[in-house]
Amino acid sequence: MSPLLAINDLKSFYGASQVLHGLNLAVNRGEQIALIGRNGMGKTTLLKSITGLLADRRGEISFAGANVLGAKPEEIARRGVAYVPEGRGVFGSLSVVENLVMAARAGVSGSRRWTIERVFEVFPRLHQRRGNGGHQLSGGEQQMLSIGRALMTNPDLILLDEATEGLAPLIALEIWKTLSIIREEGIATIVVDKDHRALAKVADRMVVMAKGEIAFSGPPAALQADPSILEKHLGV
Amino acid sequence: MDIVTFAVQLLNGVQYGLVLFLVASGLTLVFGILGVINLAHGAFYMLGAYLSWYLASVTGSFALAFVGALAIAFLLGIALEEVFVKRMIGRDHLAQVLLSFGLILVIDELRQILFGKDVHSVAPPAWLGGSIQLTEVLSYPVYRLALCVVCLVLAGAIFYVLQKTRLGMVVRAGAENRDMTRALGIPFDLVNRYVFAGGIALAALGGILVAPVSTVFPGMGDGMLILSFVVVVLGGIGSVAGAAIGALLIGLTDTFGKVFFPQISSILIYVLMAGVLLWRPNGLLGKA
Repeated sequence: MSPLLAINDLKSFYGASQVLHGLNLAVNRGEQIALIGRNGMGKTTLLKSITGLLADRRGEISFAGANVLGAKPEEIARRGVAYVPEGRGVFGSLSVVENLVMAARAGVSGSRRWTIERVFEVFPRLHQRRGNGGHQLSGGEQQMLSIGRALMTNPDLILLDEATEGLAPLIALEIWKTLSIIREEGIATIVVDKDHRALAKVADRMVVMAKGEIAFSGPPAALQADPSILEKHLGV
Repeated sequence: MDIVTFAVQLLNGVQYGLVLFLVASGLTLVFGILGVINLAHGAFYMLGAYLSWYLASVTGSFALAFVGALAIAFLLGIALEEVFVKRMIGRDHLAQVLLSFGLILVIDELRQILFGKDVHSVAPPAWLGGSIQLTEVLSYPVYRLALCVVCLVLAGAIFYVLQKTRLGMVVRAGAENRDMTRALGIPFDLVNRYVFAGGIALAALGGILVAPVSTVFPGMGDGMLILSFVVVVLGGIGSVAGAAIGALLIGLTDTFGKVFFPQISSILIYVLMAGVLLWRPNGLLGKA
């Protein structure tokens, strides 16, 4: 089976500076990938290149068999890619319900598995806060809302940047649980986070980035078996 | 001043404010969503008035003129967005100001070629042509009352669309974070196009509606443009609710200023604006 997302020789640029240097990555349907690496190694740049928000990119990106390298963010999103950015990107002037409703869409296959009721089931906290404005939410609630909003587009791939950054441990635990639910749904994910131990528990595969390239890719057990990789690329 | 005169002035002020709101809401929406400063906004107000005068004189029907002028303005807005304005998104304000200033010149010239430079008046529809006798010497035109009602209904419709519909949610979300809305699959190019065309249509609508109560003349858009900017700055750039409050304040200040302080009435609204900006530098409902 061909991968859901196939990236070949991707080079991405911010103005004159090149951040990704010929990166290769393939993600299968339903696969949960943990993306780790030090700051400034290109994790966010990779996610933005996939969503199309970073337009200055060369190489090959194909999603569900279609070339999406030159596509606009809205076209890529409509092919089934959802984005939960660093800082959550919640619309502060919209209520919780409005944040979810504005994103609602059937998936590529016509699936409407994720509805607002379903999101409220997964995140009861959001239901309690449904009438509140996005700017009134705590960081954890914002993250739940951002994930819920991504699910409302019934995507095949979710890109989750800094999944638990700045969140209390209990809230982070809830986010990790949500990732298991997403995985059971057969939605592929690329999750960026600093907590590689928590990631190793949920992810199918660990991918380590260094200097705009993939330095390691393999199952969590393989990464744990070779501490030198983490030491070299994460400094732990 | 007796109570009847006061009530008449109050009605005039509110009606002036409501028309100002329609025009200014178009300006503030275009700026809030597209981030484009449109100096030609007043020119579309003038064009709306001329189009309704022309269509009314050709068809003999105010209703037909109303619909026709509005449709032409909307389509013109779509065409201009496609050809010019979308290239201005994300550019610096100087480029936008230059383009829209150029549009003023072109629209003025087109008006000159198509309609000439004469001053015209437009008859209100016959069934709204009467007056209500208030006292023995005072009467109030029915059309002015109808104008208030129509403006209020339109204002309600604008708020309803923005606050209660999915389209409105998308528009508000896009005003806040364009990239995020795009990453959620919203084709923002289309949203931009219809918001711009809608904004132009609102300017033209103002011109169409006031044509029967004022005169239609070439420079009518200039004053309206400046007033609209005052309203937008006063209310907070990009805020439609702010524009509503700002427009009513300006309408009432101007109307009552002319009654009570005729010598300084022309500067009163600017004094009001300066005062509000000293108190709230981002306008009444503006965000920092």
